[in-house]
Amino acid sequence: MPDRPAIWNFLLGRLSLSSLPLDNTILVWTFVVVALGGAALLATITYYRKWGYLWHEWFTSVDHKRLGVMYMVLGTVMLLRGFADAIMMRSQQAVAFGSNMGYLPPHHYDQIFTAHGAIMIFFVAMPYIAGFMNFVMPLQIGARDVAFPFLNNFSFWLTVAGVVLFMTSLFIGDFSHAGWLGMPPVSELKQSPGPGVDYYIWGLQLSGLGTLLTGINFVVTVVKMRAPGMTLMKMPMFSWTTLCTSGLIVVTFPILTATLFLLSLDRYLGTHFFTNGFGGNVMMYVNLIWVWGHPEVYILILPMFGLYSEIVPTFSGKRLFGYSSMVYATASIMILSYLVWLHHFFTMGSGADVNSFFALTTMLISIPTGAKIFNWLFTMYRGRVRFDVPMLWTMGFLFTFTIGGMTGVMLSVAPADFLLHNSLFLVAHFHNVIIGGVVFGVFAGINYWFPKAFGFRLDEFWGKMSFWFWQIGFWVAFGPLYVLGLMGVTRRLSHFTDPSLQIWFIIAAFGAFLILLGILSFVMQIYVSIRRRDQLAVGNDPWGGRTLEWSTSSPPPPYNFAFIPMVHERDAWTDMKKHGYQRPLEGFNAIHMPKNTGTGVVLAALGTVFGFAMVWYIWWLAVVSFVALIAVAIVHTFNYDRDGHISAEEVSQFEHTGNWEPKAQGATA
Amino acid sequence: MSHPSPSVHDHGTSHDAGHDTMHAGHGSLRSYLTGFVLAAVLTIIPFWLVMGHVIASPQTTILIVLGLAAVQIVVHMIYFLHLDTKSENGWNMLAFMFTLVLVVIVLGASVWVMYNENANMMPMSPQYIHHKQGA
Repeated sequence: MPDRPAIWNFLLGRLSLSSLPLDNTILVWTFVVVALGGAALLATITYYRKWGYLWHEWFTSVDHKRLGVMYMVLGTVMLLRGFADAIMMRSQQAVAFGSNMGYLPPHHYDQIFTAHGAIMIFFVAMPYIAGFMNFVMPLQIGARDVAFPFLNNFSFWLTVAGVVLFMTSLFIGDFSHAGWLGMPPVSELKQSPGPGVDYYIWGLQLSGLGTLLTGINFVVTVVKMRAPGMTLMKMPMFSWTTLCTSGLIVVTFPILTATLFLLSLDRYLGTHFFTNGFGGNVMMYVNLIWVWGHPEVYILILPMFGLYSEIVPTFSGKRLFGYSSMVYATASIMILSYLVWLHHFFTMGSGADVNSFFALTTMLISIPTGAKIFNWLFTMYRGRVRFDVPMLWTMGFLFTFTIGGMTGVMLSVAPADFLLHNSLFLVAHFHNVIIGGVVFGVFAGINYWFPKAFGFRLDEFWGKMSFWFWQIGFWVAFGPLYVLGLMGVTRRLSHFTDPSLQIWFIIAAFGAFLILLGILSFVMQIYVSIRRRDQLAVGNDPWGGRTLEWSTSSPPPPYNFAFIPMVHERDAWTDMKKHGYQRPLEGFNAIHMPKNTGTGVVLAALGTVFGFAMVWYIWWLAVVSFVALIAVAIVHTFNYDRDGHISAEEVSQFEHTGNWEPKAQGATA
Repeated sequence: MSHPSPSVHDHGTSHDAGHDTMHAGHGSLRSYLTGFVLAAVLTIIPFWLVMGHVIASPQTTILIVLGLAAVQIVVHMIYFLHLDTKSENGWNMLAFMFTLVLVVIVLGASVWVMYNENANMMPMSPQYIHHKQGA
């Protein structure tokens, strides 16, 4: 506690002026830029009087499509933050040799790699997959919304609450320096007395709860709300992977919550679950966090597998090869993902029999994954493949991810892992699968479904620029890390002594610069496309899609389907087109829909205040915000005014004015 | 008392945004009484075994009590939580089996892993400490 009158310590906890990192010029300038940018954004919204529009149409929306779009925006904003961390690390490592200590002191550098990892997983990859699942899955299964629309809004804002806490740590106090998994003993109070680890814990507790609720929501939606006739084995692959990922979330995220809770008991109440003394066991934390951590990477990759399984058939003009084997591969990956976590700590000393078991299960999981790769290749075989931007990203994925998978099999060999553990080889490997699998999938999916969400395609030239910069930049950035890792260079170092290594780090930094151009090209692509939206306008089905989302207008009406479709075949929309489906233009009924509510925003805001108060030991505020949180949640259950009807006239108007027919020539070219 | 389940084809055909109603059965007085009697018996037997010192070997008693506890769980599942292979078109059973498999994997493998880690990496036996001090 700072040395000052007790009343201040009561009111502000351990928060004081010295908590502001005024001595760190990088952070001060970052703050200036963020503050100016934020003020400009807020001023613009105020000038155009868009606050009411944003609040009523977006922030309080329970529409899965709008929430999906907001998740994608959140993921993109945080991608810029996470990438800023990445390029700082790359430039530091490129210069910090010999007498040159670089521009980042070790304590700051440690926070940057921690923030980079945690943000990229929790606030980039997770929002992106939640965004895709939100937007696409209900449309694909012919539903009008998710099972629990309010919960869906609440989940989104809980994710935002986590983001707010993470971003606050940049300017008030500092962030965890214990790595993206917050490993004890470094994350224990004795080694990290500052607020950094607490920001990490409470940020993840809030967003983790949001993710768990999303998982429950989507399992129920897929199980209960499929269109009539859509049996499980007629369900599109993306919806299948959504079901499996959501199932994994439901059984996995409680482990993360419990583990972090035990860590916070250690830090707040002086327990000894993971300390080095008093019966604590650090190894238990490592075990528990990876029981969650390994399924987590499959939570990220499975929806992407589903997404590729939609794109490849569409752009090959053929149905998916080996649909049933895809389903069984997905289901078996889901179970097997629970049997491999020890491969993250082969070197911790479990002994030969334990290591052999987990090495074998790890190798085993490459079999269903390999089967999927072959299924995509066989789908393309003898197809009429169109190399539009979504398909380019998919091809990039097949190439990159396969190589990443092979280095993964190398790492799964326990004796080899003793040499490669904690090295840059490992860093190169997991970026190879996460960038090659998840990030490429995100861009494939954005290019594929953007026309559905907004009624116009994304610009092709900047899309291809983005693709090639990312594709080449990835290999230039991470190829050198494979080499360095094989030479024995360990990860998370802010300074090196051997000058012969420097050239590899300079090449890697150049690769990161190419990836920067890829990201800027993507931003440019969005900007150019919005400017040229009239030329790029499309109808309901710009790609010749096969699943039900392409049967709705672009963007789809709030209720998705005026009449719930009847499903007879696997690719329902292809089947409807084959049988000369005519869209009904009369005979509409009023449609029962949930109402928007601001409760999710309020609850998440209270959660953020609670988290902040806990981080800074402001106990009175923590109690007040927690009580308010519970009270608002209870009051909300008495809100019976939560649904309404879209009248038949309104439905008819949507159906007649919606964006159905192609407006620009060559939209499907 | 139990609701008849509508057929699968009723999914989402209503205009109520697809909120359909397929509940698990709520049981009858008879099934609740059966469950109660079974649960009571399965509780009384362990108390009797322990308090009456019926079996000489404590190990055997512990094993029997644990076995009865497992049966007790099944009784609760069937009679109070109404778990069967038919409710919610079998989804309840599937979810239960999925959870069971994962819980067994996580707990079982964690115990196995941590036992080995402890044995190999935490050599805190008096001999070891003595050996270290002597060296």
